[in-house]
Amino acid sequence: MWFPPDWPGLSHSNFNRHAITFYNAGSMDTVENEVMAADAPTIRARGLCKQFADRKAVDGIDFDVYPGKCFGFVGPNGAGKTTTLRMAMGLTPLSGGTLTVFGQSIADHASAVRRRVGIVPQADNLDPDFSVEENLYIYASFFALPRAQVEARIDALLAFMSLGDRRRAKTTTLSGGMQRRLTIARALINAPELIVLDEPTTGLDPQARHVIWGRLNELKSRGKTLLLTTHYMEEAERLCDELIIMDHGRILAQGPPRELIERHVEPEVIEVRGEEGAALQELVASSGCRQERMDTSLYCYSRDAAPLIESLKGLHGLKFVHRPTGLEDVFLRLTGRELRDQ
Amino acid sequence: MNLWRLPRLRAGALAVWRRNILVWRKLFVPALLMNFGEPVLYLLGLGFGLGHFVGDMSGMPYLAFLASGIIASSAMTTASFEGMYSVFTRMVPQKTYEAILATPLEVDDILAGEMLWCATKSLFSGIAILAVATLLGVVAGWQALWVLPVVFLIGLCFAGPAMIMSSLASNYDFFNYYFVLVITPMFILCGVFYPISTLPAVAQGAVQLLPLTHAVMLTRSLVAGAELTQPVLHITVLAVYAAISYYIAVILVRRKLLV
Repeated sequence: MWFPPDWPGLSHSNFNRHAITFYNAGSMDTVENEVMAADAPTIRARGLCKQFADRKAVDGIDFDVYPGKCFGFVGPNGAGKTTTLRMAMGLTPLSGGTLTVFGQSIADHASAVRRRVGIVPQADNLDPDFSVEENLYIYASFFALPRAQVEARIDALLAFMSLGDRRRAKTTTLSGGMQRRLTIARALINAPELIVLDEPTTGLDPQARHVIWGRLNELKSRGKTLLLTTHYMEEAERLCDELIIMDHGRILAQGPPRELIERHVEPEVIEVRGEEGAALQELVASSGCRQERMDTSLYCYSRDAAPLIESLKGLHGLKFVHRPTGLEDVFLRLTGRELRDQ
Repeated sequence: MNLWRLPRLRAGALAVWRRNILVWRKLFVPALLMNFGEPVLYLLGLGFGLGHFVGDMSGMPYLAFLASGIIASSAMTTASFEGMYSVFTRMVPQKTYEAILATPLEVDDILAGEMLWCATKSLFSGIAILAVATLLGVVAGWQALWVLPVVFLIGLCFAGPAMIMSSLASNYDFFNYYFVLVITPMFILCGVFYPISTLPAVAQGAVQLLPLTHAVMLTRSLVAGAELTQPVLHITVLAVYAAISYYIAVILVRRKLLV
């Protein structure tokens, strides 16, 4: 029986300490085992490093992914998100640290671990030589699943991903959203406990994105563990129970989305677009809010924006937006506002 | 995950082989035409045309000599083409291997499956040539059917080096080097069109190191009924080439994909 830790108030380390006290009667080893059984992380990384010839892609990160949760990595391009996922799936060797998945060291058990995982890659790599259902059959054959089971699963997955009427279509004739859905269906063919998604909705239109968010939430409600990377803050906020903001291979912040927002930025922001002027500068400065500037926009963060809103209304023709802060603000604050190219 | 770890042979290779045969089945008719068309052209064009002037060679009609050599060289080119153009397509632009590596399968399984598939295509071409040669009346007898497992082994032997080329290539043009510098010289020098005993002594020693020489010696004996000398040596050379090139290809593909 697995008891969820008191999420999000209690950190894992606190929870473990608590459990260790509880099981104090046994030897240290037994205690560890009991704790593992009660609260075993699906993935545990300690001091994880990846060194490429010219750069350090991942620079000593720790994290735990717990069963039934959605865990996200967000960060700018080149932050080390994909490399971390690849290490977790045994698709690239670690340069340092330890990494266990389902309690097994990934270095020695990559093939056994992948039997229980569904992987959705960043770019679709469906087989262009095959139809929708053939893609699923072929993929199932790599897991050596029994034929009858595969047939039942394919029917269920095509229905789940709303692809039932495209069964015999060539994958090259599918829209981007359909290809993505098929890639996710394919990753579910082995009924995985853990689903790993590298930027699941990049490049999709808003409708297609919403469909995928809905399906991922449904998978989570069925008890699947999700691990995803994204650079859409909205996606992270909607899906993730816990997330890591990373940059240059390091963790900048970690926690549930709401908590990160409370911890790192003021609750409200006023965004003034495309306006400059001494009057504005003076008003903003005197309001005492924290200012940030990006391109032609000015961001004023504060705990109570009402007074500044009143005074901004006095400036003729000024356009501004007042909104509660979100992950985007946390992200920009932590990773800086300069433009990232690969 | 050790780059140099010896490959494990697992059933997963058969799933990769099966994937490829399912694709092939979709293009069955043109593939079969290719299998028959080329050998027919060689045998009729060279066998009859050139054979008219040559007469007998090594104590057999030139058409029999040529057919029994072409069956080996065709296994070589078939496996090489598949191991380069098709394997590269699946490995790089089509990202099929990336998709397969997200399952329990490993590079070892993928390349073992590809190698089996390359050899299977060699076998198809071998069957086609044997059929044409039989119709032309130049096959010595039923023992010629033993050439089919040999053709499969020849396919394995040349699939490995081709996959090494695929793992080193950055584009398709790279394969021209291998064809011009390796495949074509073997095609010309290894006894397909004339006995290697006519080569200068130094060259005779050198071609003994090339796998096609051994392949041709086996197929010529089995198809045309020439005396079979040192079969164990010939089979061993082909098998060793296959095994070592497979291992090297596995290491190179691990290095290329598992980063």
